[in-house]
Amino acid sequence: MSEKRTAITINGIVKEFSAGSQMIRVLHGIDAEIRSGELTYLVGESGSGKTTMISIIAGILYPTDGSVSVFGQDIYSLSDNDLVRFRLSNIGFIFQQYNLIPTLTAAENASVPLVAAGMKRDEAVERGRAMLDKLNIADQADKLPRQLSGGQQQRVAIARALVHEPRLVVCDEPTAALDAKSGRRVMDLLREVALAPERTVIIVTHDNRIFDLADRILVMEDGRITHDGTEMPDH
Amino acid sequence: MTWIAIRMLTGDRQKFFGLLFGVAFSALLISQQLTIFINLIERGATAVYNIPTANIWVMDPVSRTPDVALPMPPTALDKVRSVNGVEWASPLLRSGATVRTPEGDLEGVTVVGVDDATLIGLPKKFIKGSREALYEPDAVIIDSVGAAKLFPEGFDPIGVRLELNDRRAVIRGIVDVDPSFTSQVILYTRYSNALAFVPGTRNRMSFILASASDGLTAKQVTTRITEATGLKARTREEFARDGVDFIIENTGIPVNFGITVALGFIVGVAIVGLTFSLFIRDNIKQFGALKAIGVTNNKIRMMVAAQALLVGLVGYGIGILLAAIFIASGAANSPDFKGFYTPWEIPVLTALVVMTMILITGWLALRSVLKTEPAEVFR
Ligand SMILES: Nc1ncnc2c1ncn2[C@@H]1O[C@H](COP(=O)(O)OP(=O)(O)O)[C@@H](O)[C@H]1O
Ligand SMILES: [Mg+2]
Repeated sequence: MSEKRTAITINGIVKEFSAGSQMIRVLHGIDAEIRSGELTYLVGESGSGKTTMISIIAGILYPTDGSVSVFGQDIYSLSDNDLVRFRLSNIGFIFQQYNLIPTLTAAENASVPLVAAGMKRDEAVERGRAMLDKLNIADQADKLPRQLSGGQQQRVAIARALVHEPRLVVCDEPTAALDAKSGRRVMDLLREVALAPERTVIIVTHDNRIFDLADRILVMEDGRITHDGTEMPDH
Repeated sequence: MTWIAIRMLTGDRQKFFGLLFGVAFSALLISQQLTIFINLIERGATAVYNIPTANIWVMDPVSRTPDVALPMPPTALDKVRSVNGVEWASPLLRSGATVRTPEGDLEGVTVVGVDDATLIGLPKKFIKGSREALYEPDAVIIDSVGAAKLFPEGFDPIGVRLELNDRRAVIRGIVDVDPSFTSQVILYTRYSNALAFVPGTRNRMSFILASASDGLTAKQVTTRITEATGLKARTREEFARDGVDFIIENTGIPVNFGITVALGFIVGVAIVGLTFSLFIRDNIKQFGALKAIGVTNNKIRMMVAAQALLVGLVGYGIGILLAAIFIASGAANSPDFKGFYTPWEIPVLTALVVMTMILITGWLALRSVLKTEPAEVFR
């Protein structure tokens, strides 16, 4: 168990959104620690604050109060540009709607984080292709997203999230747009390819078909964490 | 990231071609209309430039252009000749008249009477006939545009008799000149002949053409002429400019062309702006994803700038090329466009307009991308 070290420390996170003249508190002071080397699920009903929480963890949404430390770096004390660079080298993103660039091939889409980091095009696309190979869709590398099924597109998105070997991978509802079978296959693959001792993987989902893949489950209700364990609570 | 930006744009054929069309259309319309405008108003100066030997034009103080002139008494010629610094001076008559063609059609013409002795004022380039032919009885020489206007294509007008203000005139030659603003038929004849053709009063000398002596500029001599005679004297360039200004001030042409150019700009901005913002809206999630992944706003700016630049350059190139083809084929095939050319200022000006268009639309597009919070891609 020695490889499961604390990677992320969440301290008193409060998030409020303004709705017209009043402020709505969505997260009510959340404290948590998330470890590397395991798959952490953030589950809860729609509107419970999962997306808000994972956005704050991933450094794309400023909290109203509190702090987030990722691999020892207090990310919201960084300047805007430094935070962007921190994300680029440390975090991989997987979205519900894949958000692939429709006019780039699968391999090119998978290479985007490397290109953004300044790598030469050919080398980056080669590495993207290699990543697609690990996800068993090397044969689709030269196709455009619209020529792929939903499950294949999500695998391209996973390749894009992992190609630059980030230490943190965040996914928001990665299977929500997929049918049960391909959702399952995508998650099996994600677990197999993404999970590594030095890597932290956080998955937001309310898809109970894939709960069994989690190493740890955090349940959110109304902006609070109400359960923390290896399985879902019984009731 | 530039190649990604370009591929985002060019991969979406419909919008890419829409953008190119918008820019090309604007560039074409603007440069083509400006070219026609410039060439049209410059025709206010052709009567002056068709006489290259005279670098000074002398006239009554109220005269304004080659076609808007009050004749002077014959004595004015000697007065001008005696001004110190005038190398030579010769009379020029310009007057409206009507001709009846052999078919019986009536046509308005300009009769130009040139000095009997020197023929100064007669264009140099003959298509048919020669200068000497003007010494034959009742001889007139017609300009090429006028010949095309009066006679059917392929018809040889040499020897044709016209009734010019009820007097007999025989065409003895054709000279090649750039058309005037009104494209009116011009008949050149000797001064003494012209006096007979154009009925009227004692004063019929419209202009005195002159040249400055060696060592003096035309400008210096015009000043001397005015001081000595009280007549108005203009250098060739000044008088050419007067002809152009007269058209600008006295016709609706600048306004009409201005409106067309403005419309070209507005339609361009509308097409390009709409298409560009559609393109951005279609890709806003992808831009958001890029921002989340770790593309800085500066890189996003460069991406949108690269896209705008590509559209601007290619669209501009297409538009200017089409305009050049239009003008060149028009100048080659139609007497209306004879002598048309594209001054270098027009592509430059069009480039500036296209750049403005691209800056406006690109900036609008960029704003919506920059405004997008990366967190929105998780929604
Ligand atoms: N940008 C926003 N502005 C206002 N309210 C928001 C915004 N984002 C989320 N919310 C609100 O915060 C609550 C939690 O949303 P979210 O984090 O998306 O929940 P979940 O992902 O669990 O469905 C919801 O009530 C939602 O309406
Ligand atoms: Mg959500």
